[in-house]
Amino acid sequence: MKIYYSSVLALFSAVIFLTSCGNNNGKSSGGALNSSNAEKVYVAPGEQDEFYAFMSGGYSGNLTVYGLPSGRMFKEIPVFSQFPTSGYGYSEETKPMLETSHGFIPWDDSHHPDISQTNGELDGRWIFINGNNTPRIARISLTTFETVEIIEVPNSAGNHSSSFITENTEYVVAGTRFSVPIPQRDMPIKDYKGNFKGALSFISVDPESGHMDIKFQLMMPGFDYDLSHPGRDKSHGWFFFTTYNTEEANSLLEVNASQNDKDFIAAVNWKKIEEYVNNGGGTKMPANYAHNLYDEDTHMGTTTMKKEVLTVDPLKVPGAVFFLPTPKSPHGCDVDPTGEYIIGNGKLSADLTVHSFTKMIDAIENKKFDGEAYGIPILKFEDVLAGTVKSGGLGPLHTEFDGKGNAYTTFFISSEVVKWKLGSWEVIDRKPTFYSVGHLMIPGGNSRKPFGKYVVALNKITKDRYLPTGPEMEHSAQLYDISGEKMELIYDFPTHGEPHYAAGIPASILAPKSQKIYRLDENKHPYAVLSPDQARVERKGNEVHIYMSTIRSHFTPDNIEGVKVGDKVYFHITNHEQDFDVPHGFAMIGQNSSELLVMPGQTKTSIWEPKQVGVWPFYCTDFCSALHQEMQGYVRVSPASSNIELSWSLGED
Amino acid sequence: MKKAGILMILGSLLLLALFKFPLWNIILGAPQYPEPLGMDIYLDGIKGVNEFDIQNIDGLNHYIGMKTIPKPADMWEFNVFPTVIGIMVALGVLVGLLGFFGKVSYWWFIGWFGLMSVLGIMGMYDFNAWMTDYGTNLDPHAIMKLSNPDGTPMSYKPPLFGHEKMLNFDVDSYPHIGAYFMFVGMMITALAFFIGKKEWNKRPQKNVEKILEV
Repeated sequence: MKIYYSSVLALFSAVIFLTSCGNNNGKSSGGALNSSNAEKVYVAPGEQDEFYAFMSGGYSGNLTVYGLPSGRMFKEIPVFSQFPTSGYGYSEETKPMLETSHGFIPWDDSHHPDISQTNGELDGRWIFINGNNTPRIARISLTTFETVEIIEVPNSAGNHSSSFITENTEYVVAGTRFSVPIPQRDMPIKDYKGNFKGALSFISVDPESGHMDIKFQLMMPGFDYDLSHPGRDKSHGWFFFTTYNTEEANSLLEVNASQNDKDFIAAVNWKKIEEYVNNGGGTKMPANYAHNLYDEDTHMGTTTMKKEVLTVDPLKVPGAVFFLPTPKSPHGCDVDPTGEYIIGNGKLSADLTVHSFTKMIDAIENKKFDGEAYGIPILKFEDVLAGTVKSGGLGPLHTEFDGKGNAYTTFFISSEVVKWKLGSWEVIDRKPTFYSVGHLMIPGGNSRKPFGKYVVALNKITKDRYLPTGPEMEHSAQLYDISGEKMELIYDFPTHGEPHYAAGIPASILAPKSQKIYRLDENKHPYAVLSPDQARVERKGNEVHIYMSTIRSHFTPDNIEGVKVGDKVYFHITNHEQDFDVPHGFAMIGQNSSELLVMPGQTKTSIWEPKQVGVWPFYCTDFCSALHQEMQGYVRVSPASSNIELSWSLGED
Repeated sequence: MKKAGILMILGSLLLLALFKFPLWNIILGAPQYPEPLGMDIYLDGIKGVNEFDIQNIDGLNHYIGMKTIPKPADMWEFNVFPTVIGIMVALGVLVGLLGFFGKVSYWWFIGWFGLMSVLGIMGMYDFNAWMTDYGTNLDPHAIMKLSNPDGTPMSYKPPLFGHEKMLNFDVDSYPHIGAYFMFVGMMITALAFFIGKKEWNKRPQKNVEKILEV
């Protein structure tokens, strides 16, 4: 026994010796590497990122998903644009998602994603994004990372001061950048002034389903409503919009809309208007706009045309709308996490104007007005001003917050990010960006609870940052570590499309609830086949419906005869896999459409109108298995006059 | 034999865990299955560790021509095993009760243990025979027909116990909670034998004679 004990002791001391050696080594090498920027952004193979970053696609119309700090792109989520990669906007199920009052539109310009919040903190249920060109707001599920709803916004044009959400996701707000005649009518453009209107739309979000509905539209004077943000915490219940072109010019705006020394930030007490509307206030006006909803059980989108919208004249709700004079055509309109400071980023100036919410309320209560515009009271600039940040930069655009009392503002013209202190307005640090930065993003940086570890600068100009790819290049983003007093540029990566704004969220909130498959036993698609023995082909006049299933590594059926030239052939494909990351693809030769990418448990439909007699193959486009190459089939197409009966089979000779 | 009788009853009752917990567990991990697939083998059937594991194992096995994982109705074992265990538990409790009241001797305890051991070994033998058939009796039209370096057809019999590398899969086969309960239960019945022996020898002599006469 004694020998036994002593050998155990010896073993223990050996282990301690070894581990302490290891610790020493770790410390010395760790110390040397701590200053290494490479280590800060290095996410080793097999490791995962700390944050998700959702970057708007700009003119791609979509939303891309990145990881931070690695800058790796995980997914492009199709939103407003047809996406042949998955069949979004091509499949029968998703075509309705792109319907509008102008008909089917295959594209838009997506700008400002915003993640749903509860009590002012990111809850990670949905992400919203605006379509700028044909005004629309989309809702994307953050369990499936797919677009599940798009609502068109009537009476709006250049849907730019959108899609920002209130702190309990009560509303997603969409403001018009271009004022227009409301209702639209044939009139001379030069009669703009006084005749055009700017609609600010408050779209309610159902707290359970997330379904959107336009609660009311506030009919404002015909300025350009550029950007907006909700009040939060103490200013919850208010919404702030920057304006430019308070001159109401209709031509050569770059000169004519830059004449007034001050434009406005419009402060809207939406709670007051909500109450007014709930008590029967507002005027219903005829409208025509699409509401497109995707059902994750039927795997199908449907379009409903809505015919009416409730409008509110701001003058009918006293005390609901005020103008805060703000210098130099302000662009970004940002509210700090406490809700006290409203920052107007005067894009033609060197300085930032910060308004105080407390002072604003005080000025309103004491009626310290400095005239009015179209009947809306203008508050006195000096009475609402909290302070001015003398930045030394030029062209401030957007500001985000780290939750530690600091703000970070981008300067487009001087191409830099400037860190400054809320309250004292002193500049703490400045770092160049490459080049001409637009928005910037701190995960949760526009909520009550920012995660102030990184800031991403989203640049408009790339030039020499990467290997050249001809005249057209992707935009560049820079990642700064903001955990210390000074910002540190640690990484540079290209982004897809033109990201305007972005939204970030800790991976720990989203990753655990990311869906792996769709359950086949919950598939309610009317053309789904839930077991391969239901696979069949049916004819209805010249429509041929092929109910097809897929599983590694075959289609059921894979031989189909009896199709004729002039038929409209519907392939309804159900993926029977119930295994994570095993999609099957489908593509038919000569099809005037895109492929389909069908996720496990999902059904998608693709149309093929054969024009030529022959035997035509189809195949799986997603390398699904070792026998993927064998995953193929044939459709025999006979002349229109043929009387060959429909038949289908799998594995028969 | 009060103590021994109680132990005998307790030991046999622990076997009831087999109706709740799996007896055995086979885990299949592969590079493309970082979250491995798994089978829990219960007394009355085989279930996936995760909901769709069985379907996914069958999906993969069809490439090498293996039969699908049997449903309870496909194998007589899944009907007979629960009955056998049920009878053995009842028998164990009965023996324990009789022992408690001094009606039977400690030899009955070890007798039950012996019978249970034989049945257990038979069960394992049967299980192994099924796995051998499952892993070697392959569809002649299998998509992938692989052979060993010596030319014999490759077999896919999972190990009865331990780890084995099969193509891209790491297969781990080990007893699960139910089996541990059974093992502990049986050990307790063996303990009941030894304690019973001690208790029996301390008994007043005449009672012994009485029982021996019986």
